[in-house]
Amino acid sequence: MNGVHRQIAALVPVGSRVLDLGCGTGELLAHLQAERGCTGYGVELDDANLLACVQRGVNVIQLNLEDGLSIFEDQSFDVVLQLETLQHLRNTELMLRETARVGRIGIVSFPNFAHWPNRLQVLFGRMPVTRVLPYEWYDTPNIRVGTHADFEVLARKNRLRILDSFGIQGGQPVRTLPNLLASMAVFKFDRG
Amino acid sequence: MQRVGVVQAQSQQFAEPLQLRSGAQLRDYSLVYETYGRLNADKSNAVLVCHALNASHHLAGTYAGQAKSEGWWDNLIGPGQPLDTDRFFVIGVNNPGSCFGSTGPMHVNAQTGKVYGADFPVVTVQDWVDAQARLLDTWGITQLAGVLGGSLGGMQALDWSLRYPARLRHCIAIATAPSLSAQNIAFNEVARRAIISDPDFHGGHFYEHGVTPKRGLRVARMIGHITYLSDDVMEKKFGRKMREVQGALPLDARAADYNYSTQDVEFQIESYLRHQGDKFSEYFDANTYLLITRALDYFDPALAHGGDLSRTFATARCHFLLASFTTDWRFAPARSREIVKALLDNRLDVSYAEIDAPHGHDAFLLDDPRYHGVLRAYFARMAKEFQ
Repeated sequence: MNGVHRQIAALVPVGSRVLDLGCGTGELLAHLQAERGCTGYGVELDDANLLACVQRGVNVIQLNLEDGLSIFEDQSFDVVLQLETLQHLRNTELMLRETARVGRIGIVSFPNFAHWPNRLQVLFGRMPVTRVLPYEWYDTPNIRVGTHADFEVLARKNRLRILDSFGIQGGQPVRTLPNLLASMAVFKFDRG
Repeated sequence: MQRVGVVQAQSQQFAEPLQLRSGAQLRDYSLVYETYGRLNADKSNAVLVCHALNASHHLAGTYAGQAKSEGWWDNLIGPGQPLDTDRFFVIGVNNPGSCFGSTGPMHVNAQTGKVYGADFPVVTVQDWVDAQARLLDTWGITQLAGVLGGSLGGMQALDWSLRYPARLRHCIAIATAPSLSAQNIAFNEVARRAIISDPDFHGGHFYEHGVTPKRGLRVARMIGHITYLSDDVMEKKFGRKMREVQGALPLDARAADYNYSTQDVEFQIESYLRHQGDKFSEYFDANTYLLITRALDYFDPALAHGGDLSRTFATARCHFLLASFTTDWRFAPARSREIVKALLDNRLDVSYAEIDAPHGHDAFLLDDPRYHGVLRAYFARMAKEFQ
């Protein structure tokens, strides 16, 4: 499991009922079940990832997040994880609201566009291409590029209460100037 | 790929009457079945496979001396196959009312000494599941590793999870629905009217007249067949291709080839449907068609719970795998999602695959690698529970 997932797993209370939106191969969910006594489901669109989840024995529902979360009832999960998927979605804001509707706690992570190497590349007139943002501007699946600071504004606009936020750099938490010093942003929030 | 090889159907007689939902009883009935693989010592590796409208207990393998006699799910079930008969004891049961061996409308009613015909009692999905449970009792199988079914078979799998929650660990329901839509019932009704209005039907007592309502059965099958395929797949396969002309390859329509006939076969899709209808009318029983389509219509477990599917599944305890196919308009993905939602609401373990396959409802019988991959992985996990 990578450093980002390790940091995020630590935010999930033991025994939580978890919904992992864009759960990939189900690695984090399997870890949460085995190590933190959690239960729950992953949501995944990709066929290969779905198969990997079934092979792992992780509950997985094949849905397109763009179609919304109407299949899940209000506050039906302790924790909803939305890790590195928000930036791929057209309806980012709606998705964020849905996350807060379905879960008592939401945890999101996304690439922080304001990490200093990105700023530097933009300063020199080019869109950033880094390890976390490895795509060219014309082929990136990241159709929403935001910053750690931008998310705080969006959360406030949607009346979400930020319970915790930090950056992750090299698998380690960054709590000082995360908007500048971390390539990944993490927020834990509830509906306030 | 290894195959099951030659198999033989077996039969079990039941003296105790089967109480049916309708209030009627089925007396002195027998069930025909096939099994594949070996039941393990603690009888924990059994998987029951439920059949749909025109299928039977013959899931896999072939019959001795019969060419093209492969079972209807031969691509899924066998040694090393996704449902691996080296690990699982797989059971296929022919449902009562069918025309493939178990007691049905073409058999003699022991009470009256006459062929049942139209007097065969109306059977429901629940009745079938009860009959299957009794067959398992004769082997002392108290809990199945799983129940698997597609379409109408999926409805039986769901019913197992609702009414025998302690008797299965996994329910695998493919391309199914919690109930039929009005459109689905409408298709069934057209098929039934085609059969009933055939002069050879004789109110369902055609056996004593020495005829079968083949015309009605043909039309019923043609209607059904259209609904099992997607628009796309039909277009790709047939398009506007004309019927074969004197053994030449079928060509796309040219006005010069038209016979300007309203009754001849002009397009290939017509000859295909007629062929399917002809084949079907040779082996399928008209009363069975009526009974099975009615069983489909009646299935609606939420009815007893005010239409609330979430409350319906409150009794379920097993793990679920559901799959649907994006181009299936007869049992559309949205219907499977209704079931998934009810399972989520009850905090039950469920996985759901929505396979982007082009073949419509028929896809559940085909071997799309994504579909079979998920089933293989799921069954492999199941096998770990008893190995």
